[in-house]
Amino acid sequence: MSPRTSGTVRAGQYAALLCYLAFLAFPFLWLISTAFKPARELGSLHPTWIPQDPTLDNFRQAFDEQPLLRAAANSLTAALCAALIAVVIATPMAYVTARHRGRLSTAATGWVVVSQAFPFVLVIIPLFLVLKYLHLINSLWGLILVYVVWSLPFALWMLAGYVRAVPPELEEAAAVDGAGKARILVSVTAPLLAPGIVATALFAFITAWNEFFFALVLLKTPENQTLPVVLTHFLGAEGVADLGPLAAAAFLATLPSLVLFAVIQRRITGGLTAGAVKN
Amino acid sequence: MPRRRLPALATAVTTALALLLAGCSGDDGRGTEADGTIRLSFQSLAWQKESVDANKQLVREWNATHPDVQVDYVQGSWDNVHDQLLTSFEGGEAPDIIHDASDDLADFAYGGYLADLRTLLPDRLTEDIPRQSWATTTFDGGVYGVPFLQEPKVLIANTELLEASGVRIPTPAKPWSWPEFRQVTAELTKKGTYGVAWPLKEPVSVTLNLGLSSGGRLFHRGADGKVTIRFDEGDGVMPGTVRDQVVSDRSAARPSLGMGGSDTLPGLFGGKYAMVPLGFSYRQQVVEQAPEGFAWSVLPVPAGSAGLAQGVSPQTLSVAEDSPHKKEAVRFVDFLLRPANMVRLAKGDWMLPTGTEALADPALRTTENGWATGTALARALRPAPAQSVRGYPEWKDKVATPALQEYYSGAIGTAELRKRLVEDGNRVLARYQR
Repeated sequence: MSPRTSGTVRAGQYAALLCYLAFLAFPFLWLISTAFKPARELGSLHPTWIPQDPTLDNFRQAFDEQPLLRAAANSLTAALCAALIAVVIATPMAYVTARHRGRLSTAATGWVVVSQAFPFVLVIIPLFLVLKYLHLINSLWGLILVYVVWSLPFALWMLAGYVRAVPPELEEAAAVDGAGKARILVSVTAPLLAPGIVATALFAFITAWNEFFFALVLLKTPENQTLPVVLTHFLGAEGVADLGPLAAAAFLATLPSLVLFAVIQRRITGGLTAGAVKN
Repeated sequence: MPRRRLPALATAVTTALALLLAGCSGDDGRGTEADGTIRLSFQSLAWQKESVDANKQLVREWNATHPDVQVDYVQGSWDNVHDQLLTSFEGGEAPDIIHDASDDLADFAYGGYLADLRTLLPDRLTEDIPRQSWATTTFDGGVYGVPFLQEPKVLIANTELLEASGVRIPTPAKPWSWPEFRQVTAELTKKGTYGVAWPLKEPVSVTLNLGLSSGGRLFHRGADGKVTIRFDEGDGVMPGTVRDQVVSDRSAARPSLGMGGSDTLPGLFGGKYAMVPLGFSYRQQVVEQAPEGFAWSVLPVPAGSAGLAQGVSPQTLSVAEDSPHKKEAVRFVDFLLRPANMVRLAKGDWMLPTGTEALADPALRTTENGWATGTALARALRPAPAQSVRGYPEWKDKVATPALQEYYSGAIGTAELRKRLVEDGNRVLARYQR
């Protein structure tokens, strides 16, 4: 490929990337724009990206009408606990599944695939009955339990892939040097799995943070409700919405995920094992 | 770790887990307290600030005057309400008093989840609400909810455009006929302005409800109780008018066929559409979003051979069959729906009350914001044609929605529409009526 062609291709790639980014960013940017627009601008036939008369009224109204802070605290508790517990359980399971191939491992992988096939509505009634038996209806802990169970199969699958990417030769080398199984897991494998663990935790966090249906069904009192449930209180029948406050609240609801991504992104790096062994 | 310590560890973990579960157990908030106070839970779907405030205030007033029966307000959501209620019913955790809509009640009523209120309702309430409203919550002879708020379709019009065109302005006493409406929209259509924008993202219920004005019923119940679909002359009047406006006259904006009601408002405010058929409660959005000085009016939708008749699915209050305190729950419903309280709820939701006394309240007879036009339509409101038909949701999603969307856009003609609604539709219904 000539340098000239290569430059053209590169420019095309960047253009395509920009288009894709614009496509991805459009709803979020529109959400921000809507959050700062007064009601009359929302009804304008010729909407603008930049609010002509920016206002914080939508935020004021959103906080005034709904307990957003309390709901956000509930969501944060549920999402953090779910992510933490899911990762703690999934990591050793993933290690066993990836390293010890056998019938059990195959069965576990099959279970993971099958468990992803059930839609929410199919499991919600049996789940509700189980949680009721455990006195975990209308309890944040009940919801956390559900989130852990719900995200565990995929977390397991995801982490197993990361474990497989760690060359077994590294563990064998540590064993030759006299390290025990636990030491190998903690000192050799776990650090190399860090990007995978972070990515899995992020997945579990986002899943729990955004989840609506389980929270709607399982939590009853306003004190326990999570952010996605409270956001629907800005929606009426047949899709009618209190658009300004909804956009303001939804914008705030996306912030923790964004911050988390920004902080954690640099830790999700590949290549930690590159060159570790000679192939 | 020494092996002998494992059982102790297991015991400790089990105990901790048990304590955790016990400590986290939720209080279902129902039943009777130790001092004999009855606790009821009331799940409300009110969502607009005025409406939520009105509901909460009424609960406070009830609690202040009824120390022996205390009501807990639970905020529900219209989103996924059917699945949420179904799960609560199945799990025996449903609220005592349930706010919903009549078109969502059939499954719950037939499933035995809701209490039959016939023997529990006080005469005052029974007599205050008209028979046609009670019909919306009556299934197999039982009454499973109290209809209390309803919303007719009205035309929200740009007054300036309407007056400038010189067309006759309709009133509930002298509405437009469907042919006259078609002619008016053609006259209103100028460069850059359409006479009307039909927001038909969800075309089925509006087609069925407005079809009643021309005697359209589509669903016919036989002597054996089985329902079949027929597409008679009256069924074709409203859809035929809309199709002609879109396809032949081009007096109705084609893009609006894929819009929801709120999406059409900017076009109304900007003079792009002279009129938009919308639910009565959309007036609140008009008040909040219309530019300064925008003059608007509320007009009745066109009338046909059956006058201004149109179908509605009122909001309802029901009592759970599992509730241990049905009598007290109905007493609370009766309190909530006293005429003065019904007016407060109606104003909060910008809708019409079903109660005749509430409808007579001067606050709802004012011409301001079109209230008077709405109240004048109340007598003509009928149960939505399909709400008690089993299999209707599947017919709506798989047959009627795509067929009507194609018909309104001009892709298929009346014969094909009839064939699909009737032949395909009856096949769907037959599966539910074996």
